[in-house]
Amino acid sequence: MPSLEYYIILSAILFSVGVWGVLKSRNAIVAFMAIEIMLNAVNLSLISFSSNIKLIISGLIQALPADQVPALLRSSSAYGQIFVLLVMTVAAAEAAVGLAIIISIYRAKGSVNLDDVNIMKW
Amino acid sequence: MIIFSILAAVAVFSAVMVITRKSPISSAIYLIVLMCSLAGLFALQGAFFIAALQVIVYAGAIMVLFIFVIMLINLRDNDFGIDKRKIQKYLGFIFAAVILLQAVFITGWAMKEFSNETESAMSSEFYQSPVDSLDQEDYLSAESVAENLFMRFAYPFEVTSILLLAAIIGAFVIARKSDPIDDEGEET
Repeated sequence: MPSLEYYIILSAILFSVGVWGVLKSRNAIVAFMAIEIMLNAVNLSLISFSSNIKLIISGLIQALPADQVPALLRSSSAYGQIFVLLVMTVAAAEAAVGLAIIISIYRAKGSVNLDDVNIMKW
Repeated sequence: MIIFSILAAVAVFSAVMVITRKSPISSAIYLIVLMCSLAGLFALQGAFFIAALQVIVYAGAIMVLFIFVIMLINLRDNDFGIDKRKIQKYLGFIFAAVILLQAVFITGWAMKEFSNETESAMSSEFYQSPVDSLDQEDYLSAESVAENLFMRFAYPFEVTSILLLAAIIGAFVIARKSDPIDDEGEET
């Protein structure tokens, strides 16, 4: 089992690939996919922290009475996963609305090139 | 560690392929590969429920939506003509590389501080590695997720349903063809 920092660095790599994709791509759909890559990178780091919850709160464990430790671990290790669940919900909603916006831009402009969408510029 | 290396390599490779492919369809296929390898990484850490959800929601539902939209607007590769932003492309790469370097440095620094701080705690009797804890008690199980989701986080969970409803209505209103209000002011 690789330790926490490998996952965090992998998540950082995926996030920066997503940033690069958003900045570089001229196709609106590919830029949107890069946003999904960034969301997934954040999900990966959340899951990594939540599965290493024992390591994260190990300082706290010592201060607690021993009978409370299993309950604390049991509840707090699920928090990261619940957060990922909510992020996935928001990503699904965002994909639906974003793709609807792309379709309506395509109807209005006849292309999804991001360079063509500049009526809000200056 | 071997499984992690393979999955990480596949994830980074497919992420780079997503943003460098010309055709959006092959980007979408590589994005599905990325989602599946991330699901493998989640399962590797014991989060099996989230891994299943990743495959079902991302690789299933969201990617079908993407491919559906790509098919619907019928893109061709030559729609984009000549790139007029030559310098900006390299600036974007440099910017992303700076972000990556910062993240890696911060991670390394934080891990060093953290390991110094918790060195004593880790050697205590309560500490076991995450794998050991998974064998003893199933902390990361779907059961514990459900327990917390439907009891402690029941209110945020209900709020997401309103968010999804708003997204459905918003997507419908934005993407529909005609103007919502006709000259008589009635809904079409």
